[in-house]
Amino acid sequence: MKMLLKNGRVIDPANKIDDTLDIIIEDGKISEIKPRISEKGIETIDLAGLVVAPGFIDMHVHLREPGREDEETIETGTKAAAAGGFTGVACMPNTEPVNDDQAVTEYILSQAKKSAIVNVYPIGCITKAREGEELAQIGDLVESGVVAVSDDGNCVASGLIMRKALEYTKMFGIPIIDHCEDPNLSDGGVMNEGYYSTILGLKGMPFLAEDVMAIRDILLAEMVKGKLHIAHVSTKGCVNMVREAKKRGAHVTCEVTPHHFTLTDAAVMGYDTNTKMNPPLRSEGDRKAVLEGLKDGTIDCIATDHAPHNSIEKNVEFSQAPFGIIGLETAVSLALDRLVHTRIINLSRLVELMSLNPARILNIKKGILSKGEDADITILDIKKTVTVDVKKLKSKSRNTPFNGLKLKGAPVMTIVSGKIVHDSR
Amino acid sequence: MKLKSKHLLGIEDISKEEINLILDTADSMAEISQRDIKKVPTLRGKTVINFFLEPSTRTRSSFEIAEKRLTADSLNFASATSSILKGETLIDTTLNLEAMAPDFIVIRHSEPGSPHMLAKICNSSIINAGDGPHEHPTQALLDAYTIRQKKGKIKGLRVAIIGDITHSRVVRSNIFLLKKMGADVVIAGPSTLMPVEIEKTGVEVRYSTDDAAEGADVIMMLRIQMERQRKGYFPSTREYFSLFGLTEERVRRAKPDVIIMHPGPMNRGVEIASEVADGPYSVILEQVANGVAVRMAVLYLLAGGGKDENAA
Ligand SMILES: [Zn+2]
Repeated sequence: MKMLLKNGRVIDPANKIDDTLDIIIEDGKISEIKPRISEKGIETIDLAGLVVAPGFIDMHVHLREPGREDEETIETGTKAAAAGGFTGVACMPNTEPVNDDQAVTEYILSQAKKSAIVNVYPIGCITKAREGEELAQIGDLVESGVVAVSDDGNCVASGLIMRKALEYTKMFGIPIIDHCEDPNLSDGGVMNEGYYSTILGLKGMPFLAEDVMAIRDILLAEMVKGKLHIAHVSTKGCVNMVREAKKRGAHVTCEVTPHHFTLTDAAVMGYDTNTKMNPPLRSEGDRKAVLEGLKDGTIDCIATDHAPHNSIEKNVEFSQAPFGIIGLETAVSLALDRLVHTRIINLSRLVELMSLNPARILNIKKGILSKGEDADITILDIKKTVTVDVKKLKSKSRNTPFNGLKLKGAPVMTIVSGKIVHDSR
Repeated sequence: MKLKSKHLLGIEDISKEEINLILDTADSMAEISQRDIKKVPTLRGKTVINFFLEPSTRTRSSFEIAEKRLTADSLNFASATSSILKGETLIDTTLNLEAMAPDFIVIRHSEPGSPHMLAKICNSSIINAGDGPHEHPTQALLDAYTIRQKKGKIKGLRVAIIGDITHSRVVRSNIFLLKKMGADVVIAGPSTLMPVEIEKTGVEVRYSTDDAAEGADVIMMLRIQMERQRKGYFPSTREYFSLFGLTEERVRRAKPDVIIMHPGPMNRGVEIASEVADGPYSVILEQVANGVAVRMAVLYLLAGGGKDENAA
């Protein structure tokens, strides 16, 4: 039950480490971490030339179980996560039935125990049935193990309910993750409102639908001193408002998806339904603002919003197709290729965005490589070139706009509690 | 020269040369319609399916006549008889049509991008007969043909397009075409019916018919759907007519030899005054006649026809 990881470049922002170190894992925990350990007779893995980071956590995925096991299950979703370099995923509650009840949380956790190969952290609903009208039984949900609450997919349209939710969750110390979208302003739109929606004749959703809800949430969170996390920030206005709120000292955090920092609404030309997501791909100005937010610390983490959909459902007219794309197996390569190799951020900041910060936001004891911590480790080969191939994905669904894309940098090994769950070195 | 693609999905995807080829070909097709026996065997043995998932008597009849004049066998598959209503997907229904081995599928559908989707899976040539508010390429071609017929050219003309810009497929195809051919395009309509960033297509944007009509060689009016009023795009059809309706007085702002166009069906007294619709400048009925010639040209060219086949 002992393993030695040798010669890797260890990057651990929590301990401000970026150095060549050896790590001993014993009984699922890190038992030693220092330069040049030599211990004979135990499994030794040479990681020279590779980056060793605390396990990446994707705090925004849709695992579809229970209810839509044809699209993804906890088993396939966590296999995809492991292949993508994630040691933990937080799963959104828009399952069927929705996770607004202890029984559902318990079901997810028991299924995870049986079939998950990475850690699964359930997220409960803010309101009953995600209808935005009455608070879900948040206390019960927390007791059963949810790490946050969210009505993701829907926005809590009522300001009053949102206020109550922010107040109520303070008792449990969990964040509210809001999908900021004023449904009145988005008005049935299917892509970003802008030049491309105009040319394509598709109904647009204005950036303002996101901005007005984000500012409402921020102001409410500041007023009641609640803990707010804004999901999948996609607009310049939203990034700016989070930046300002942080300066004022508000407990506001936010995430961005790889597709929003990689693509713009120009990608919708051709009507590929794999470019249909919510929030939609925005303008180049928005994308640049997101990059700025990643650079200056405004954005706290990268989360995939992994949303598996059956090809039958995606293979329809653009307006009719469901929103969302898968992301677990492309996220790390996109981040390395588009953010690190372009020098927008460095590796230490990447680890912060994908490991330390999501752990902190969800208040889970992960994201750090100190002695005594769980041996959840993500290993990267930043020079390896990979080509996205949908046929080889572990996810049950194939809805990605990145098929065929060549990227530099990839996760090559994933270790969860000392166990190697993925190895593609 | 021949068309590069076997489909006609939109004006955006075709070149100026291809547009000229279609318009030149339409000239010889128009001649067929002047004969006593208005029929040539050009498309004998070819099958066309007119797949209309949205009612449009005008466009469908125009395609049907074009097909008959070229001796194609045509089949109408309208939404009332469509299994799409029974929950089958568009792709499934289309694959079923494809199994009957048609040479052409002419599709009209309320969903933008639907012809593009079919072009990816079909062996037959797909002709877009209007995809939601996206494109209506044969309409733009017949408009261009009519303008060229009346003015002898398109380049350098000032064309005003007035009405519901947001929901109009006619406008997008016309903007792409007229800009490609070198016309100046000015569009006008209520600001609530003006899509964002439309000026990036190279058009001028105005919010009054008076301004748009000023110095125009061509005025193209668009149909206003009455239900837009209930959806809050404008307060009443009366107010719409007073701000945007094309009256004789407004026509006088245009060039003296202006032509007035409308893709039909018209709402008299809403977007256009009756005197204008029936007046001396109106070419509205000629547009309808030219629609047949242009659609014949499109079918002929997509079937592989073209001038100078053995040249070079
Ligand atoms: Zn969401």
